[in-house]
Amino acid sequence: MNFSEVFKLSSLLCKFSPDGKYLASCVQYRLVIRDVNTLQILQLYTCLDQIQHIEWSADSLFILCAMYKRGLVQVWSLEQPEWHCRIDEGSAGLVASCWSPDGRHILNTTEFHLRITVWSLCTKSVSYIKYPKACQQGIAFTRDGRYMALAERRDCKDHVSIFVCSDWQLLRHFDTETQDLAGIEWAPNGCVLAVWDTCLEYKVLLYSLDGRLLSAYCAYEWSLGVKAVAWSPSSQFLAVGSYDGKVRILNHVTWKMITEFGHPATVNNPKTVVYKEAEKNPQLALGRLAFPAPRAAASPASNTESKYEIASAPVSLQTLKPIADRANPKIGVGALAFSPDNYFLATRSDSVPNAVWIWDIQKLRLFVVLEQLSPVRSFQWDPQQPRLAICTGGSKVYLWSPAGCLSVQVPGEGDFQVLSLCWHFSGDSMALLSKDHFCLCFLETEERVGTAFGRPGDHT
Amino acid sequence: MGEWMTVTDPDLSSESKNICQYTSETKMSPSSLYSQQVLCSSIPLSKNVHSFFSAFCTEENIEQSISYLDQELTTFGFPSLYEESKGKDTKRELNIVAVLNCMNELLVLQRKNLLAQENVETQNLKLGSDMDHLQNCYAKLKEQLETSRREMIGLQERDRQLQCKNRNLHQLLKNEKDEVQKLQNIIASRATQYNHDMKRKEREYNKLKERLHQLVMNKKDKKIAMEVLNYVGRADGKRGSWRTGKTEASFFLRNEDEMYKILLNDYEYRQKQILMENAELKKVLQQMKKEMISLLSPQKQKPRERADDSTGTVLSDAEEDAGELSRESLWDLSCETVREQLTNSIRKQWRILKSHVEKLDNQVSKVHLEGFNDEDVISRQDHEQETEKLELEIQQCKEMIKTQQQLLQQQLATACDDDTTSLLRDCYLLEEKERLKEEWSLFKEQKKNFEKERRSFTDAAIRLGLERKAFEEERASWLKQQFLNMTTFDHQNSENMKLFSAFSGSSDRDSLTVHSRPRQKKPHGVSNGSPVCTSKLTKSLPASPSTSDFCQTRSCASEHSSINVLNITPEEPKPNPVGREGTNQKWSMASRPGSQEGCYSGCSSTYRNSHVEKDDLP
Repeated sequence: MNFSEVFKLSSLLCKFSPDGKYLASCVQYRLVIRDVNTLQILQLYTCLDQIQHIEWSADSLFILCAMYKRGLVQVWSLEQPEWHCRIDEGSAGLVASCWSPDGRHILNTTEFHLRITVWSLCTKSVSYIKYPKACQQGIAFTRDGRYMALAERRDCKDHVSIFVCSDWQLLRHFDTETQDLAGIEWAPNGCVLAVWDTCLEYKVLLYSLDGRLLSAYCAYEWSLGVKAVAWSPSSQFLAVGSYDGKVRILNHVTWKMITEFGHPATVNNPKTVVYKEAEKNPQLALGRLAFPAPRAAASPASNTESKYEIASAPVSLQTLKPIADRANPKIGVGALAFSPDNYFLATRSDSVPNAVWIWDIQKLRLFVVLEQLSPVRSFQWDPQQPRLAICTGGSKVYLWSPAGCLSVQVPGEGDFQVLSLCWHFSGDSMALLSKDHFCLCFLETEERVGTAFGRPGDHT
Repeated sequence: MGEWMTVTDPDLSSESKNICQYTSETKMSPSSLYSQQVLCSSIPLSKNVHSFFSAFCTEENIEQSISYLDQELTTFGFPSLYEESKGKDTKRELNIVAVLNCMNELLVLQRKNLLAQENVETQNLKLGSDMDHLQNCYAKLKEQLETSRREMIGLQERDRQLQCKNRNLHQLLKNEKDEVQKLQNIIASRATQYNHDMKRKEREYNKLKERLHQLVMNKKDKKIAMEVLNYVGRADGKRGSWRTGKTEASFFLRNEDEMYKILLNDYEYRQKQILMENAELKKVLQQMKKEMISLLSPQKQKPRERADDSTGTVLSDAEEDAGELSRESLWDLSCETVREQLTNSIRKQWRILKSHVEKLDNQVSKVHLEGFNDEDVISRQDHEQETEKLELEIQQCKEMIKTQQQLLQQQLATACDDDTTSLLRDCYLLEEKERLKEEWSLFKEQKKNFEKERRSFTDAAIRLGLERKAFEEERASWLKQQFLNMTTFDHQNSENMKLFSAFSGSSDRDSLTVHSRPRQKKPHGVSNGSPVCTSKLTKSLPASPSTSDFCQTRSCASEHSSINVLNITPEEPKPNPVGREGTNQKWSMASRPGSQEGCYSGCSSTYRNSHVEKDDLP
């Protein structure tokens, strides 16, 4: 495993281009485009203010930089460095900006969700979509980029509008049976739209592309409901993580629940492998002797190396007592992601912040639990193979694959606290982001990786 | 109680004695009333005697005292102290003897009285202490009573208090419930209020938004603008098109079309997937069926072939099924029509397989139970062969004997005068006779054994008959059901019939007991497709199951013979007594090598079949 040198970064803005050739990163008001392989700076654009959001167009030809504070969006072209585009939302303000899938339109959400402005780069036209709903996930594009679903709020009722992206024509408009819609998400095949209600009510609705209600699912009532939703890449399963600490898997034929995965604080099944991250004492050269690392020293800032130990069956995980009288309590399954091959589902229960559960979807059972020394910040699957990268805000990055798992110290002087990470689409490298730096991590090819696993802290 | 009476200290006893002396008059047990009376009268007397002795009689008043004493004594019933007066006026003389007698009597009386007194005193003491004890007890009990009464009062008080509390709590609960109800109502009303307010607020918010929108948009904000160096081409190379009023409808229609196309594609894809899955499952099902058939057919097919080999026209079940299978390849076209048949046939076969496996399991468990001593037990099959063979032998022997007798008689009738020859013949005959006698006895013994055997077999046959009857009923009901199940489809009907025949062929008649008695028998395919065979089998009922078993065991594996034996043994009404086991064993040993000729010589066809089959197999 190799690491690049460390580059400057601000606001965690670092993105690979969709074609995998370029890497965009922001330093204050500068946008830096690098070649992924050589890491040479290809272009350097200067924006009008500190950049708050960047996004590549789907064809990797353009990149937009949003400066919400000034209500400005600047678009740069990679092919023609002299080309530029500036969109000013003026007094309407700007809270969100995104590309349409064709890479020729920009959707800007104005302040107070007054409207969504669709700017075209091809023609001089502007169109407005009124009544967008201010919610967790209000815009969703199908994977093929043909349709856009938009959550709306009109007359105190939730609606969903489906637009054809090619000409922004309204295709379908229907009201949903939700109290307060919280999010929408297309199935990867683009034929089913999952709609879920606010956390006060457990409700998942499934709509067909033509606006028919296919099914409604409600696991329980009178308690906090859905927290996170994820489709499997095959569109076969819909995983619904909820505040009761369970993930429910719905199938795509009957839209009924197949199984539910609980996240108890103790793992009793001896078939489940529990990897516990343990501190490796640097003073002791006999690192292999599984010396029990003192828990107190497990601060995320510590630069000591760590490794995984396999804990034997009943394992109790560290839990967080949620504060009951506060809003947004730290309970329930807040993050879940399917592996690209559909075989695994990674989840994190917010009440057990240090652990990542990995479920075997073929056998519908718990496969592996990884317990880290500090709370898991984010995890992301390798886009090419079942390989999960985890970061905990420490100076290490963790990788899991069915073969095993390893913990890698990010080299470099000073602390490199990995707050976020993103994979290159080829799965050969990933970008590790800290507060004001980033670096690339290159993973070996398949056979080399096989030997690298099981040897924690193996880096050059 | 008497014991602690005696231990009382003397002071107390004397005191109590005194007390007793003065109180005894009032407190006397009725039993000792008489003696007490005597005592109480005697005590002052004796005292008087002692204390007043000097005073009572002086020199002067001897006469008087004597007369007094006399009087007293006579009143007490003693004889007079004076002699019987001869005359009236003569002075009566003091009778010394009488006096002495009286004295003696008085003394005796006194002693008795003293004794009685002592007894009474001890009793009194006893009673007194009893009394004390009882009084103590009484006092204690009284105290107890008092305390318990007090306790009771206390408890009653507490009870009352608790009840009071309870009532209060009930009241509180009621109040709380009311409160809860009230609060719930409040909450509900608040919720509605909140919702209402929310809606109102949202409406206001929407209005504000609208207003803001208007304000922001109507200002002709110069700022809201896009500066582009030059417009770029569309990603698909087409010219950017924006809808116009005219083309809108057609656009919309096109979009709709496209959407439905996408949906259709998705559904088609899914259908294809489902079809593929179905095909795969069908394949698995067919494979399973094939395997099941191949698994089950050796048992039913072979006997059937034996039975039908003369005709050769009837297909075996397996072949029929195979034909079915070839037709099954057409299923992809229409699943619904065949689905039922398929499931039915699979289900049937599965049932057969299941029962078979169960039986095997049973056998295995039995083998495990019985260990290795099952070698001693002789199978029914062997028994039958033995009996048949021995009967045959007997017949032969009988015939031989008969011929010999005839020969003897002939020889006797045409007796030669030649002495030497006759002598020689005689001695020869004697020897022969001896030998014959021996043989006779042996045969008799064997006959006896056979009789026993036969009896047991007839018992078994009766049982079998009963079982068969039960099965016939079952089969009839099943057939009825089968007919009812038949659908109008010709194809299906034929299929059903085939299935049915396959099923019936597999387990007809005797062996139909597969379902009803899975423990007793195997699904051995006894070849009773032809009625001739069946009748034969019914005649020699006890033989049939064993032959079939024989077939099966041969077909399975040689090591299963012991298992087979085990399977049969419970069917025999009476297990072989220990004494006979040895002989049985001998028979079986003897019969195995010679069984082939024995059967070829004069057994029923089934026997031949079984042996032919045995030859076929390794």
